Amino acid sequence: MIYDISLGAVLIFVFFVVAVLALSFYFARKTKSAASYYAASGTIHYGVNGIAFAGDYLSAASFLGICGMIAFSGYDGFLYSVGYLAGWVAALFLVAEPLKRLGKYTFTDALDARFDSKSIKLTASISTLVVSIFYLIPQMVGAGDLVVPLLGLPHWVGVVIVGSVVIFIVATAGMTSTTYVQFIKGALLIIFSTILTIYILNHGLTLKPGGEAPDLMRISAIVDNGKVVGVSDDEFSFSAAYEVNDKTFVKLESSGIYRWFKLSEKDNYLDEALSLTIASDGTRLYNGEPRSAQKFYQVGYVTQILQDGVEVEETGPLGPFTIFSALENSELIRYSRIEIRDEQTTIWYQTPTSGKDMINPGLLLKVSSKHGANFWTKLNFVSLMLALFLGTSALPHILIRYYTVPSQRDARKSTIVAIVAIGFFYILTMYMGLGAAINGVLDVESSNMAGPLLAKYFGVGLFSIISAIAFATVLGTVAGLIVASSGAIAHDFLDNYLDMKMDDRKKVFAGKMAAFSVGIFAIILGILFKGMNVSFLVGLAFSVAASSNFPAIVFLLFWEKTTAKGIAASILTGISTSVGLILLSPSMFERYGLPAASAPFPMDNPGIFSIPLSVIMLVVVSLMTQKDNSRKVENYHLSKSA
Amino acid sequence: MHHGPAAKLEADKSASKKAKLGLILFLVYAMIYAGFVFIGLSNLELLSNHVIGKQNLAIVYGFGLIILAMVMGFVYHFFCTRFENNMNKKQEDKK
Repeated sequence: MIYDISLGAVLIFVFFVVAVLALSFYFARKTKSAASYYAASGTIHYGVNGIAFAGDYLSAASFLGICGMIAFSGYDGFLYSVGYLAGWVAALFLVAEPLKRLGKYTFTDALDARFDSKSIKLTASISTLVVSIFYLIPQMVGAGDLVVPLLGLPHWVGVVIVGSVVIFIVATAGMTSTTYVQFIKGALLIIFSTILTIYILNHGLTLKPGGEAPDLMRISAIVDNGKVVGVSDDEFSFSAAYEVNDKTFVKLESSGIYRWFKLSEKDNYLDEALSLTIASDGTRLYNGEPRSAQKFYQVGYVTQILQDGVEVEETGPLGPFTIFSALENSELIRYSRIEIRDEQTTIWYQTPTSGKDMINPGLLLKVSSKHGANFWTKLNFVSLMLALFLGTSALPHILIRYYTVPSQRDARKSTIVAIVAIGFFYILTMYMGLGAAINGVLDVESSNMAGPLLAKYFGVGLFSIISAIAFATVLGTVAGLIVASSGAIAHDFLDNYLDMKMDDRKKVFAGKMAAFSVGIFAIILGILFKGMNVSFLVGLAFSVAASSNFPAIVFLLFWEKTTAKGIAASILTGISTSVGLILLSPSMFERYGLPAASAPFPMDNPGIFSIPLSVIMLVVVSLMTQKDNSRKVENYHLSKSA
Repeated sequence: MHHGPAAKLEADKSASKKAKLGLILFLVYAMIYAGFVFIGLSNLELLSNHVIGKQNLAIVYGFGLIILAMVMGFVYHFFCTRFENNMNKKQEDKK
C-alpha cells in the first residue's frame, strides 16, 4: 500500500519520541542502584502503577492486532480482548499479593523464595527470556508496520528505530523510566481510543464512507463444463485459471497488465481481487502494476444497510448498542487471502459477509460446522481461550511490575486499576475494529494498521496522535520486556545462578549489557516475522507463558508438596512442549514457505496439551522428590502465614 | 542470595484468608468464562440470539465478562481490606 506522508504526522511522531527520550534522561540520573534499575525501588504509587500495567499490557497486540483482527474477521478478534482481560482475574485473585510478598526484582526471585535452588534459577531465567522474546516479536513487527504509513519508511527501518530507542531507554534508566513512559502512554491510548470511538459512533454506517470506492471490475465469464475458458469483455484476454480451496481464481491480461479475478459462486461473474505478484526479477507488482501506479486500494465497505426493513444509504449517528443492531442488518465486503505459489502471487478476494456474522464468533476460529469446523479447529479454540486466561499472570514483564509498589495492598489496588483501564479499552476495540471494517480503510497487506488507518480517515491530526501513541505503546512494552529479559540474564543467571558476586554497580552494568543484546536480537526477529498479525503472535507468547510459568506459580502458592525439582521440571516441560508444538504448527509452516496442511501438529495454539503436561510433570516430580522439601531455607507458604 | 521483597513489608496475618477468597472468586469467574467457551463450541447459534434489547448473546456475554471482572475486583478489594484491617489490627492489639 502507498500512503501520503503528512508533515504534521511526522512532527507529532518526532515530538513523542523525543519526549520519551527526555523522560528517560531525567530518570537516568536517579538510577544508581540495582533496586532502582530493576524495581524502581518499590516506590511507585498504585494508581500510576495500575495505568502503567495498562500501558505494558495494551501493547501492539491490543491496539494494532486486535483492532485489525476484528476489522478482518469480526467478533473472533474480540475473543482475544475477552481472554486477555480474563487473564487479569487470575493475576488479581491468585498472584498479585503473594508475588509481591515473595519476590525482590524478578519472577525467578518469587519462584525461588522457598527453595534457594540452582535448578529454579536456571529454568525460570530461561523461561523469562523465552516468553519475553516471544512477546517481543509482535511488538517489533507492529513497530515496523506503523512507520510505513506514518513516515513512508520501509518496515525494517521501523523495527530498527524502535529497537535502538528502546535499548537507549532501558540501558539508561531501567524500571522507573519504563514505568512513567507506560503510565503516560497507557493513559493517552485510552483517552484517544475513546475519542476515536466517539467519531465512529457519530459517523454511523454509510454506503459511501468518503473518497473514491476502489475501481475494481466485474466481468462476465465464459464457462465450459464448470471451467472458466474465457471472458465476454474484449478488453481482457484469458491467461490462466486456478482452483484453490474449491474457489476459482482467474488471471486476465489487458494492455500487457495481468490482473486477478475470483469466479462468483452464485453466477458466472468474475470479481476483481487485489493481488501482489513477485516478478522473476524481484519486482513487486500490485494489481499487475508497479507500486507507484497506485492500483492497490484500501478496502472494507458496507454494501447494504437495512433500517426498519428499508434500505438506506446511511444511518446517521448511532449509540454504543444501536451500532450492533444496525450492523446486524447490513452486508459488507471483507477480503480473504490465498496464495498461488506457481504464480508467486498473493490474492485478496472479495468475501461478501453478513453483518450478523461479523458480530458473532466463527469467521476466523472455526468452531461450528457451518464455518467448516472439525475436532482440531474446535480444540484450537479451547486451547487459545485457555492460554489467554492463564497466560497473563505468568508474563514476567507484567509480574515484575508488582515489585515497583510499596506494599501488598498497593499491588492489589494497582491490579484493580489495571483491570478497569484495560477492560474499558478492550470494550473500545470492538468499536474500533468494526469501524475499520466498514469505512474503506483496510490495508490487506497488514491487518495491524486497521486502527491507525481508521484514525486517518477521521483526520490526519487524529491519525498522527494515534500513530505516535501506538509507536510509544510499542516503545514502552518493548522497554518492559527488555527490562524483564535483562533481569533474567544479569540478576537471575549471572548473579544468582553463576554466583558471580557482583556489586550493585556491576549488576546494573550487566543488566544494561543484557538489555543491549536482547534488543539487537529483537530487531532481527522483528524483521523476520514481518506480515504476521501481532495479536496472533502474542497469543503464542501467552501459550508459552501459561505452559511454562503458570503451573509453577500456582502450585508454589497453593500446594505444600511442591518441590524445587518439580518446579524446574514443570518449567522445562512447559517451554519445550509449547515452543516445540508452535514450531510444528500450520502458521509456522507457512512462514517456512511450506503448505500449512503439511504441518505435523494441526493446531496453532498448543496450550491445551502443554499446560496439562507441565502440571503433570510438576506433580509427579514433586512427589518423587519430597525429601528435598526438608531443605527449604524458609517457609513462605500461605498456609503457614496465617 | 536472599530473594526477599525489594520494599520492606509488614507481616500480613490475613494472607491466608485473602488467598482463599481469591481462589473462590477465581473459580467462579473461571466457570462463567468456561460457559462462554462451551456455548461457542456446543451451540454457536445460541450466541446470535437476542437477549437484552436487540443485542445478541455474544455481545452481552463478551462485554459482560469484561464488566464482571471489574465488579469482582472491587468486591475482592472490599473484603480483603476488611480482613486486613480486622486481623492485622487484632495482632497489634495483642502486642
